[in-house]
Amino acid sequence: MKEPLSEFFYQSFHSLAGAYIHIPFCKQACIYCDFHFSTLEKDRGAMTMAIIKEAQLRKDFLPQQALKSIYFGGGTPSVVPIADIEKIIEALDNLYGIDASAEITLEANPDDLNEAYLTELSRSPVNRLSIGIQSFKEADLSFMNRAHSAKEAIGCLESLAKYGFDNYSIDLIYGLPNQSPEDWLWQMEHLKTFDIPHFSAYALTVESKTKLAYLQAKGAVELKDENAAKHFELLQDFAKKEGYEHYELSNFARPGKRAVHNGSYWEGTAYLGLGPSAHSYNGKERSWNVANNALYLKALEQDGLALEKEILEEKDRFNEMLMTRLRLLEGISEREINSFSPVFQRHWLKESRKLLATGKLVQFSEGYRIPSEWRFFSDGIAADLFYT
Amino acid sequence: MKMKEIRNFCIIAHIDHGKSTLADRLLEHTQTISDREKKDQLLDDMDLERERGITIKSHAIQMNYLSNGEVYTLNLIDTPGHVDFSYEVSRAIAACEGALLVVDAAQGIQAQTISNLYLALEHDLEIIPVLNKVDLPSANPDEVKDQIIDLIGCEEEDILMASAKTGLGINDILEAVVERIPAPEGDPDAPLQALIFDSVYNPYRGIEAFFKVVNGKIRKGEQVKFMNTGSKYYADEIGVLKLGQESRKEIGTGNVGYIISGIKEAKEVKVGDTITSFERPASAAIEGFENVKPMVFAGIYPVDTEEFEELRASLEKLQLNDASLTFEPESSAALGFGFRCGFLGMLHMEIIQERLDREFNMTVITTVPNVSYYAYMKKEPDSKVIVNNPSEFPDPTKMERMEEPYIKAQIITKADYVGAVMNLAIEKRGQLKNQVYLTSERVEMTFDMPLAEIVFDFYDRLKSISRGYASFDYHPVGYRESDMVKVDVMLNGEPVDALSALIHRSNSYDIGKKICEKLKELIPRQQFMIAIQAAIGAKIIARETLSALRKDVTAKCYGGDISRKRKLLEKQKAGKKRMRQVGNVEIPQQAFLAVLKLND
Ligand SMILES: Nc1nc2c(ncn2[C@@H]2O[C@H](COP(=O)(O)OP(=O)(O)OP(=O)(O)O)[C@@H](O)[C@H]2O)c(=O)[nH]1
Ligand SMILES: C[S@@+](CC[C@H](N)C(=O)[O-])C[C@H]1O[C@@H](n2cnc3c(N)ncnc32)[C@H](O)[C@@H]1O
Ligand code: SF4
Ligand SMILES: [Mg+2]
Repeated sequence: MKEPLSEFFYQSFHSLAGAYIHIPFCKQACIYCDFHFSTLEKDRGAMTMAIIKEAQLRKDFLPQQALKSIYFGGGTPSVVPIADIEKIIEALDNLYGIDASAEITLEANPDDLNEAYLTELSRSPVNRLSIGIQSFKEADLSFMNRAHSAKEAIGCLESLAKYGFDNYSIDLIYGLPNQSPEDWLWQMEHLKTFDIPHFSAYALTVESKTKLAYLQAKGAVELKDENAAKHFELLQDFAKKEGYEHYELSNFARPGKRAVHNGSYWEGTAYLGLGPSAHSYNGKERSWNVANNALYLKALEQDGLALEKEILEEKDRFNEMLMTRLRLLEGISEREINSFSPVFQRHWLKESRKLLATGKLVQFSEGYRIPSEWRFFSDGIAADLFYT
Repeated sequence: MKMKEIRNFCIIAHIDHGKSTLADRLLEHTQTISDREKKDQLLDDMDLERERGITIKSHAIQMNYLSNGEVYTLNLIDTPGHVDFSYEVSRAIAACEGALLVVDAAQGIQAQTISNLYLALEHDLEIIPVLNKVDLPSANPDEVKDQIIDLIGCEEEDILMASAKTGLGINDILEAVVERIPAPEGDPDAPLQALIFDSVYNPYRGIEAFFKVVNGKIRKGEQVKFMNTGSKYYADEIGVLKLGQESRKEIGTGNVGYIISGIKEAKEVKVGDTITSFERPASAAIEGFENVKPMVFAGIYPVDTEEFEELRASLEKLQLNDASLTFEPESSAALGFGFRCGFLGMLHMEIIQERLDREFNMTVITTVPNVSYYAYMKKEPDSKVIVNNPSEFPDPTKMERMEEPYIKAQIITKADYVGAVMNLAIEKRGQLKNQVYLTSERVEMTFDMPLAEIVFDFYDRLKSISRGYASFDYHPVGYRESDMVKVDVMLNGEPVDALSALIHRSNSYDIGKKICEKLKELIPRQQFMIAIQAAIGAKIIARETLSALRKDVTAKCYGGDISRKRKLLEKQKAGKKRMRQVGNVEIPQQAFLAVLKLND
């Protein structure tokens, strides 16, 4: 039997959708990174055409409505010529149309953001940048094996205004080995200096099969949760004092500057993912491309897709809803819980009561959220609420 | 159907020698099951049996077999091979006149081949030796035949060659069953006496009891009496055991069947009881079964403290189908109300826990298992105090001495592994009593050992040091004086009685230290620091610190991370199912069994 989609789902999935384009190339590998990318240059030309072809083949994945957001992520999108980025945008416009107020973001690394590149970029449809600063300290950057220098990090931020970019974000990583609370406070000072409209601050995570995991296993680096927790606390204080909304666990924005595209991941709206390793979601199924450039290109060369998918049952959607919404300042709305079947509503009622009693969850007018002192435990709290 | 056309037999063997597979072939050959119903080890119908690939419960099934123009009724009982389920074998034997003694042609006679053979001989069963797996390239039929002849004193021609895999020899086996196994004896005209050898709680049909009619017959609808409990019932439904149950109007002398009779309480049915007619009762009950002596004891507590009464009801129902389980209520300061249960071994304990979960939806915590000790107090040095639980350990200053149970262990292994087996036995406080070369390759070693040392990880270690070439059997040989101490565990200074263990003084410090280390590994970090200490009396002998969990969230959560993360968290949550809150610390099931895993 086909499960009737609730009104709520209709609203989410038949209104605004976003597109994510994965650019799977980097100049060099950062030690912590487990995103899919290749440091070889050979396939860069073929990739743009393959991505456009994929968009055409999967035209029916999203409802026929103008896109509200486009996001070029990676890897490092700033290593491909802007002309290629424009081609992809144009193809999407032909297929779906792009909303006049759509957010079009490009992830860029500081070493690519030179004057020539910024000039070209300012003339393109790209209207938002996400810049991978990570740290303003030279020693950190070389520890992470970043391609840019501290000077380049500062330099690119200084030029942005000149080219009219007032909508951008920077990425920072905290909880680095040997990073003291003072170091981290010093990093955050830069946010004030440049009056950054939006930033992401990530606690350094050891992903398996990375150089960082190897160094940790060998005992060459030691990461302490308590450092990350301390930095997170400083971060929360900073955001409050400086007027940033801590709207998602790792994301901070000046009022009105929240990321539209990334919001679709946390709010559960539809997105189409193009390019190797990119994931897509339409409310019922999640699919993903093979995380291998050669296999991806080969499939598309033959007008095929190298795509896998899974159908999400209501239980899966419920659990994902918990996992993602509880990262948000706005938490979970009563209305959304009520969009699930009665079994889930009853489950929620029973399980949430226990957490409300311990203060790990608080109720407010529109719903439920994790209070700031427990936010660094969001995953565990979500898991406690899971339906299994 | 006449009695002389009935044959009751069981299949007995060492674990994995192919009993259930042989049963498959017999069922197919007699067309008891259709092609559609065929599957490997069909009689292993519990999920747990299928998942683990071993038989846990004896399973009775009736076949019809045509031989020389006569149709015979063959009642077969497939039995488990693992030591922990030997009580299943002994009850099956009581319902039979003959046994197929299956021996793996590659592995030869093993420890449970011998112990199960003796069980069958005690009941005067006709033994038909079957050499199975002759299809294996590693089969050694000539040598194994010699072993069998030595063991049971039969002729070479008496041994049937078979392969339960290829179907070789199946017809010969059925013919031998008809020819060699005597028909049941019994008086069809005498008052009814039927021996209950098993029972089960069926949520839809109530309590079902399985019996063998020894004398007289039982009719549907008649009023019957259970002689030991004295309760009366109507035989609402009786029948025979085919692949499913088939109801009948009457079950005659010598035959095997089931009864459903509106029994309300699990307590009213006891295996070993005799069913007789209410109108015309027999003068005496048939001799039932010897009560089993549990080898290990452990507490079983509901994860949810409010489920104590439900747990009691579940244990009573489970006991219907597992007469070797014993239990009585106990309480623990840390865990509240639960039951001290007796088991035949660690596998048995694990199976009980699993069955409670699957069949009765009861999530339970089992505590550190221990054997049963005797304590003698200075005040009354002649009367023994039974200690089945660390909390019953008397004040050492008032105790004169303590005794622990010993066993005689028989290990059959290859000559190459004698040294390794010896070292393991010595580590386990064993003493070599005898060593015999069965052949130039195979050695039988006999040890005296404390039971406590072998019930825990001994068997697994034995298997690994001998690469699987060692089989093992044991028998209690009484109690011996022993210097035991109680090692307590404290979490943040609070003693957790359910984590206490009784340990021989000689390795108590070492084990106390290992317990703390293991607990540190098994207790998940929580939002505060936890001090883990081991103590003997007031003396702290070891300490570990579990640092506080300060972070439980991943930094990134984008398209690709979502499914992966959900699955990871779902797995973590499943792992948390068996966690028990003691004070403010959440303790997972594995931590309660940490003492058993010190060498992992
Ligand atoms: N090659 C070969 N394998 C066999 C034969 N009989 C049984 N097996 C295999 O031996 C393994 C154990 O068979 P089971 O029938 O489960 O043994 P069992 O004696 O019932 O085991 P327990 O009930 O756990 O004691 C299975 O993998 C069977 O497929 C045989 O004649 N030849
Ligand atoms: C898609 S990634 C990379 C974008 C871009 N290539 C760059 O490096 O700037 C987006 C961000 O995730 C963060 N990130 C990636 N791996 C991480 C890890 N293991 N731990 C913490 N943050 C990580 C980094 O801050 C990175 O900028
Ligand atoms: S962090 Fe960015 S630049 Fe570094 S390897 Fe990952 S995707 Fe490439
Ligand atoms: Mg079996």
